[in-house]
Order: sequence, then structure tokens, then C-alpha cells
Amino acid sequence: MNNADDAMDAISSPVPARLQRLRRNIRRRRRAERRFRIYGVVAVTIGLVFVLFLFANIVAKGWSAFLLTHVQLDVHFDSATVDPEGDRSPQSLARGDYAKLVKTALRERFPQVRKRRDKRALYKLVSSAAPYVLRDRLLEHPEWIGRTLPVWVPASDDVDLWMKGQVASADVRLDEKQRAWLSALIEQGRVEKRWNPFFFSRGDSRQPEVAGIGAAVAGSFFTLLVTLLLSFPIGVAAAVYLEEFAPKNRLTDLIEVNINNLAAVPSIVFGLLGLAAFIQFFGVPRSTPLVGGLVLALMTLPTIIVAGRAALQAVPPSIRDAALALGASRMQAVTHHVLPLSLSGILTGTIIGMARALGETAPLLMIGMVAFIVDIPRGPLDPATVLPVQIYLWADAAERAYVEKSSAAIMVLLAFLLLMNLAAILLRRRFEQRWQ
Amino acid sequence: MNTATAPEMEIPAVVGSEELDRREAVSETVGDITHPDPVFTCRNVTVWYGDKPGVQDVSIDIGRHEVLAMIGPSGCGKSTFLRCLNRMNDTIEGARVEGTLELDGQDIYDPALFVEELRTRVGMVFQKPNPFPKSIYDNVAYGPRLHGMTRSKADLDDLVRESLEKAALWNEVKDRLDEPGTGLSGGQQQRLCIARAIAVKPEVILMDEPASALDPIATAKIEELIDELRENYTIVIVTHSMQQAARVSQRTAYFHMGRLVEVGPTTEIFTRPRHQLTEDYITGRFG
Ligand SMILES: Nc1ncnc2c1ncn2[C@@H]1O[C@H](COP(=O)(O)OP(=O)(O)O)[C@@H](O)[C@H]1O
Ligand SMILES: [Mg+2]
Repeated sequence: MNNADDAMDAISSPVPARLQRLRRNIRRRRRAERRFRIYGVVAVTIGLVFVLFLFANIVAKGWSAFLLTHVQLDVHFDSATVDPEGDRSPQSLARGDYAKLVKTALRERFPQVRKRRDKRALYKLVSSAAPYVLRDRLLEHPEWIGRTLPVWVPASDDVDLWMKGQVASADVRLDEKQRAWLSALIEQGRVEKRWNPFFFSRGDSRQPEVAGIGAAVAGSFFTLLVTLLLSFPIGVAAAVYLEEFAPKNRLTDLIEVNINNLAAVPSIVFGLLGLAAFIQFFGVPRSTPLVGGLVLALMTLPTIIVAGRAALQAVPPSIRDAALALGASRMQAVTHHVLPLSLSGILTGTIIGMARALGETAPLLMIGMVAFIVDIPRGPLDPATVLPVQIYLWADAAERAYVEKSSAAIMVLLAFLLLMNLAAILLRRRFEQRWQ
Repeated sequence: MNTATAPEMEIPAVVGSEELDRREAVSETVGDITHPDPVFTCRNVTVWYGDKPGVQDVSIDIGRHEVLAMIGPSGCGKSTFLRCLNRMNDTIEGARVEGTLELDGQDIYDPALFVEELRTRVGMVFQKPNPFPKSIYDNVAYGPRLHGMTRSKADLDDLVRESLEKAALWNEVKDRLDEPGTGLSGGQQQRLCIARAIAVKPEVILMDEPASALDPIATAKIEELIDELRENYTIVIVTHSMQQAARVSQRTAYFHMGRLVEVGPTTEIFTRPRHQLTEDYITGRFG
């Protein structure tokens, strides 16, 4: 008891100077730490705000592109007009005069419109793609011939912009009469914003209402396919050779340094290289996914090699030793054990490289993938453009109606990138679990 | 101190013993390095790591169906010498082996010899258990599959079972052959590695401190196992534990600073060491 009391006394007695100094010091360090943590939180918040602002801006501008104003017309599928041969064969139906159906339907809806000029103004309410919509619907339903049915057809871009409230009154391109007709249609419930079927299925178009990213997505797909087919096997083989087989000497050191540097070369340089080597020297057709894929493969290779080597290095040497000691050849040790174990790491690197390639624009401009592409490419030898170039083209277009397209295309591109990065993260997580 | 008396000596005076005859330690190995029925015959083996020697001038026979223990302070070259016997030193960048090493009279460093073949005849168990991250079955079956040793699935099943039984692991894993080998305990993993090595039917098994990462119970099991395996295999075991060497081996080789200092029957090495360095080591004066 006594002893304990003495001890208590010692503690509550005035703190010696040395301890006081120590405490002051600790307090100062704590304050510094707190300050530092606040800096961090502020930095992260600022970053998040920027990203959110960017996303919100794009989504706000772009979401409307997924909808398109449609007008409902009572179309009479007159058999003489749509079926010139009279045999209901698809060939015959394809040659029908559907523009006439549209015009007739509009005139019947507004019989008071008589003057030629007014009629032309009336026709401008619906998209010039409307006849193709009718044709496609009829090809699906040949039994409609001779009947009159209500059909939704896309409105023109001017109507679309007006309905979406995206025009400043100064550049409204609808005149008073057109606005009156439109109001009449709206009152009858014949104008609706519906799912835009063209945005994902069509190529670029001079009519903004039917312009889509279909061709660009297909172009991106074929380009990335070429890139993947080239850069993955070559990259993995190079990584395996450098990591598992190459002697460590000056030459391989030099190669290593060069590969690391290559990963940092600005992409436009690869575009120029592709132009000079693939198009001008080897004569690969320009503007095609093939040449685009070749250029992007050059750009992606270093990424895959560097990631591949890191993944191979992460496999413990004891696994190689185990295989070799059982009489496996070096190649077998690699293919049976090291490569399968590092595959998820290699794939992660590949996906990240591919995501970069998907978002790449500059080198593709150099090799002519910036063309106006209406038809969806069917293979790597058809002229094509890619998603980011399509965005660039639309962002540059004069017509107001392309603005939302551009933002919507960005949304799609971001969605693809997000998916790819998610895949990379999932793979990496699996990879990490293996060597807990 | 006595640097003047031994100008050509390369072993620095780690040992504070004045009366040490270190001249002998350099030039000659004490004890009988030969064996009447040798599997391995090694003469004047020197391994260079770059320009630094890992072991120097090691000569020793390894007898058929004996357990040879290699002991010595860490860094004295036990692993280096062991790795010569199945040419695992080939995988080390800059390692170079000199001298002759013969397996049943055949030079194992002959360029015409297939190193894969050598390694099927001379298996190895490593210090840290290194099962493949595959099923227990696939771990054992890997070698036989690699060398096409079995004709049918049933044959392979039998071989896997036989190997696991010899490694005294069968009873513990027979119901979970599909589970990953990496999920076993450390001692079980090491026995799995032994089963894996046995499955390719080697003549010699090299073990580099096979129990150093294991607890005493697992260690005892491994030692028991080594004793059983001796009937059919020649075993060379590196160990840092003198008790272990005394328990499992018939012959013991003592390495010091890259030299083979003394070889002899285990009982003699531990009861009547002839070299001062050996005596210092086994009496625990250093190491
Ligand atoms: N891969 C290597 N590269 C260079 N030196 C090595 C290598 N492995 C071992 N050594 C050196 O060779 C000597 C013997 O090492 P080692 O055979 O591992 O000893 P032990 O197994 O007896 O502890 C040590 O001096 C060690 O530093
Ligand atoms: Mg060792």
C-alpha cells in the first residue's frame, strides 16, 4: 500500500522539464499530422468534385441522345406504291416509294395545307430517314400491305431539338406554321420522345437525328481485335523470353530500357510511324481497322511487356525450381506453371493497355481513320472510324444537334472503359489472393 | 596472430583456437571420402559464383542406399554442393562448376547428357515446402505425366497412391486429393513434396534442410520418413541441426567456409571428431 502511494505521488508531482519538452514536441507532431490529413482530404475532395462535375456535365448533355422525338402518322400502305412488282417479294418491297407514303400521310393529317411551299415545310417535320423506317417495318410485316396503320417515325432534327428544348429562341429553325402544325400534333398525342433506335445501330449521318455510333463501335471493335491479336501474343512471348530465357547482359539491359521508354512515347509518334511504315512502305490500306490496329498494337506492346514481366517476376522462383527438379525443361516449367500463375497479371496489363488503345485518337488521325463513315464496317479491311474519333468529329460539327450525340458517345466510351478497368481490378484481386 | 605461419591459407581465423592445424583444413579433407559402392563420385568440385567460390575442391563419394548428412555453419557451401548433384546450379546466373561429378560412372556435366534425365534420377526436396498451387493429386502426378511414366489413369492413380504412402501422407490426404496442395500444413506440404519427388522414381533424393521450416512434431515425422526411405533410395540431406544429422544419417560431412573439412561415419564424427574445426562446431563453440 505504502509503496503504491509513493508511486502515485511520483506521478502526480510536477512534471520534470524533460518530460514537458517531450510532451510539447508530441503535441506539435500531432498537430502537423492533423494538418497533413486535412490537406489529403481536401485534395481528394477537390479531385472528386472535378470528376463529378465532368460526369454530371456529360450525362446532362448527353442522356437526351438516347431518346429521339417521333411523330405518329397514319400510314396507308398502298399496295401499288410499296409493291411495284405486285408479288410481295422482299426485292419488290425494297423498291417501293415510301417517301410518298410519308408525304401522303402528312397531307391527309393536315388537309388545309395546299401551297407547294407549305407542303414542303410540312414534310420537313419528319426526318428524311422516315421512309426507310417504313420500309424496314413493312419488310418485317408484309401483311400490312393495303392496310392503314398508325406508325411512329422519327421527327426531323429541328423538331427534335425544339422538343428537347435545346434551342435558343434565336436559332429556332421552325417557322410559325411549322410550330402550329407541331402543336396540333402534340395536342393529338402524336409526338413522343421514344428510345432512339438509330444511335446504337447506325453509322454517322448528315442527318443528326439518325446519326449513330454503330459504325464507330464496330470500327473500335475490329481495331481492338487486331491490336489484341497482335500485341498479346507478341507481348507475352517477349515478356517470357526477356524474363525467363534471355541472358542478362548489356544487350538485354539496353532492350529493357528501350521498352520502358517506348511505353512513354507520345502516341502521335506511333501514328506518324504507322503512316510511314505500314501505309507508305507496306501499302496497308489506310483508314482501315487493320492499319489502326497495327499502330495501336505498337503502342500497346510495351505496356503488355512491362506488365507481363512484372507478373512473371511475381511467381516465386521456388515454383520454377520445383518443376525443374522434377525433370521439366525450362520451357515446360514456364508453360505448365509460371505462365498460368502469372496469366491474370498479364491479362490485367493487357486490359489496361487495351483500354488505353480504345481511348486513343491522335495516332488514328494520322492514318486516316477520321473519315466520314456511314456504313458499318464488316471486317478489318473496311474503311472505319473509332469511337473517340467519332466523338472528336461530332464535337467539331457545326450543327447543334450533334452536341448531345458527342456527349452520349462519350458516355458509351466511358462505360466501356469502366467495364474494362473493372475486369482488370477483378482479375488483380484474384491474382493477389493466390499468394496471400 | 598466426598469419605468418600459414601464408597460403584461405580460411581466416574465425576460430579463436591457437593450436588449430589449419594447413590440413585447406589441402585435405580429414577422414575417408570414399565408399565401396558409390552412386556419386565427386572429385575436386569447385563452384564459382562469378569470381567468388561457393565451394572449393570438394571430393567425396556418396554410397548407395546411405543417408549422407552435410552439416556446417550457414554460408559454408552445403546447398551449393548439393545443387551440383542435380545440376540445379545451372539455373543460377553466373554459377560455374569445375571438377568431376559422376553418377554411376557417368559424368553428369557431360554436354551430351540430358539434364532432364539426370533430374529424374536425382530428385530434390527444398528448404521451404514448394508445392504447386494445384491439387494434391496433380502435384504428385506432375512428374509421371511429364515423363509419360504411366499408361492409364488407373496406373497413375496407383503411382500417386504409392508415392503418397511412401511419403507417409496417404492416410491424411486420401479423402481430399482434389484439394489444393498449398492448403496443407507445413509438414504435410513438405511430405507432399517428398511424395512428388518419389513419384518419378529417382535413385537419389537430395534434401536441403527439409525440416528447417517445420515444427518439432512435423520434423520428427520427416526424420522417421527419411529412415524408411533409406531402404530404397540414396539420400543426401543438408541440415543445420546436428541432432538431426546424428539421428538420420550413416555418414556425415562437415563443411566449413566452402571446404569439405571432415567426412566419416556419423557416430565417429559426433563422438570422436578428428578435425579441430569439426570438434568446435559439434561442441557448439561456433556456428
Ligand atoms: N546464387 C548465388 N549467387 C552468389 N553467391 C551465392 C549464391 N548462392 C550462394 N552463394 C554464396 O555461396 C556461399 C555458400 O552458400 P550456400 O551454399 O547457400 O551455403 P549454405 O547452404 O551452407 O548455407 C555463400 O558465401 C553464399 O553467399
Ligand atoms: Mg543452404
